Amino acid sequence: MADITKALYNMRLLDDLAQKESSIHRINSLVKLITTVIYLAVVISFGKYEIIRILPFVFYPVLVFTLSDLPAMPIVKRILLVEPLIIGIGILNPLFDNQRILLGGMAISKGWITFLSLFLKSSLAVTVGILLIATTGMDKLAWALRILKVPKVFVLQLVLTYRYIYVLTEEVARMMRAYSLRAPGQKGIQLKHLGSFLGQLILRTLDRAQRVYEAMNLRGFTGEYNRGENEKVNARDFAYLVGWVLFFIVARIYNIPKLLGVLLTGVIG
Amino acid sequence: MSHHKLEVRDLQFAYPDGQVAIKDISFTIHHGESVGIIGANGAGKSTLLMLIMGLLFPTSGEVLVGDVRVTKKTLPMIRQRLGMVFQNPDDQLFMTTVYDDVAFGPRNYNMDEEEVEKRVKEALEAVGIAHLKDRAPYKLSGGEKRSAAIAAVLSMQPDILIMDEPTSALDPKSRRKVIELLKGFKHTKIITSHDLDMVFETCSRVIVINQGEIAADGEGAKILRDSKLLESCGLEIPLSFQNCPVCGKL
Repeated sequence: MADITKALYNMRLLDDLAQKESSIHRINSLVKLITTVIYLAVVISFGKYEIIRILPFVFYPVLVFTLSDLPAMPIVKRILLVEPLIIGIGILNPLFDNQRILLGGMAISKGWITFLSLFLKSSLAVTVGILLIATTGMDKLAWALRILKVPKVFVLQLVLTYRYIYVLTEEVARMMRAYSLRAPGQKGIQLKHLGSFLGQLILRTLDRAQRVYEAMNLRGFTGEYNRGENEKVNARDFAYLVGWVLFFIVARIYNIPKLLGVLLTGVIG
Repeated sequence: MSHHKLEVRDLQFAYPDGQVAIKDISFTIHHGESVGIIGANGAGKSTLLMLIMGLLFPTSGEVLVGDVRVTKKTLPMIRQRLGMVFQNPDDQLFMTTVYDDVAFGPRNYNMDEEEVEKRVKEALEAVGIAHLKDRAPYKLSGGEKRSAAIAAVLSMQPDILIMDEPTSALDPKSRRKVIELLKGFKHTKIITSHDLDMVFETCSRVIVINQGEIAADGEGAKILRDSKLLESCGLEIPLSFQNCPVCGKL
């Protein structure tokens, strides 16, 4: 029960965070979206054994996070939420890819390298995605997607699904409350009641969704999601985009950790 | 100003399951009138409102706004003129901030952002919640939510305001505020409610609906005192007309 109410609060937290004012929040949504997409494409483009070369890309989320003044715990928690899934997908790699290589005098399976690379890439992708939503908000993202000519149907689907999750969860919370008050000392819902509980839930949510949709219609909603002000791309946004893309390209072409290493050892030597 | 007129002619409606909700209803509401539509639960009030707003279409008969018939084609234009405040503000408020919610309607009509801002500001000031504009709607109190829902409709500058139970689930102070607000509006108003004291204060004309038909239509002060009529329709006279529960005197 408390979990659901908490879950609701947690979901809305991202919306709340997106309302903050910071140098990252102020960047044009479209620019942020494009930067994120390019980032993802570049990170994914690395081969499965290239761990070291991905490392410079940690710099982007770290800097965005620092500048955007977001609270650390809620963001980290959300990232951790996805980790089991990533581990589940990659954990068998060491078994399948059991060629051995020597690393610092230690023989390990190549699978561990691919696993680590998969883990690193996915974590970065998830982090960057969460940061994008937490600094931009779903409404503005939808607007940016429309500018990029993503079809209306998809954008609308995304926005409404996002909105209806609240409707659904609220309904669950209300029903659970009513249930638990008349079923004291029970944990969760008994299996024999679950059928009618879920059925009720679907019917109620549909009803509620219908009313929300009617309210939207009455206020002139025709399927186009209007965000209002069209954010303009100013010099700062442009610099943000160009700066990051340059960094991504350089980090993709040159092996920065190696260069740094050479530079440092060269100086020492 | 004939375009502020609302006419309902020989309206009939049955739900797909065969339940006849509206048997035969006709009335005309003129510019500037405020009309209370009252009736017991299930009398057909909500269905009637939905028919007027074009959320449902009648099995026979018609609804005319100004001289325009409510059909699928005329809906966009009709809905700009009629503003409906839902009974449950949670159904109506779905954006992330109060400002965006109030701006939702005007933006859908592709107004430029300056005009949108002006309208949102005016609407929020009209209901006295300008200070809440950056708050998230789900964090507001019941009274504040109601005000926000009313502002969301006012921002479209409708000619006719339609309200479904505007004072339900409000504390006495918030209820009083909404009543004063309604009294202040110059719009043509249609209000459905079981709060008959509120109807008495805000509506000069009252239409009583009983089992999908009009049981009475006339001056509010007269109908709301007619205890026989109201009781036969599952209602009773407003509390303020009833005898004092302590001393038994009026």
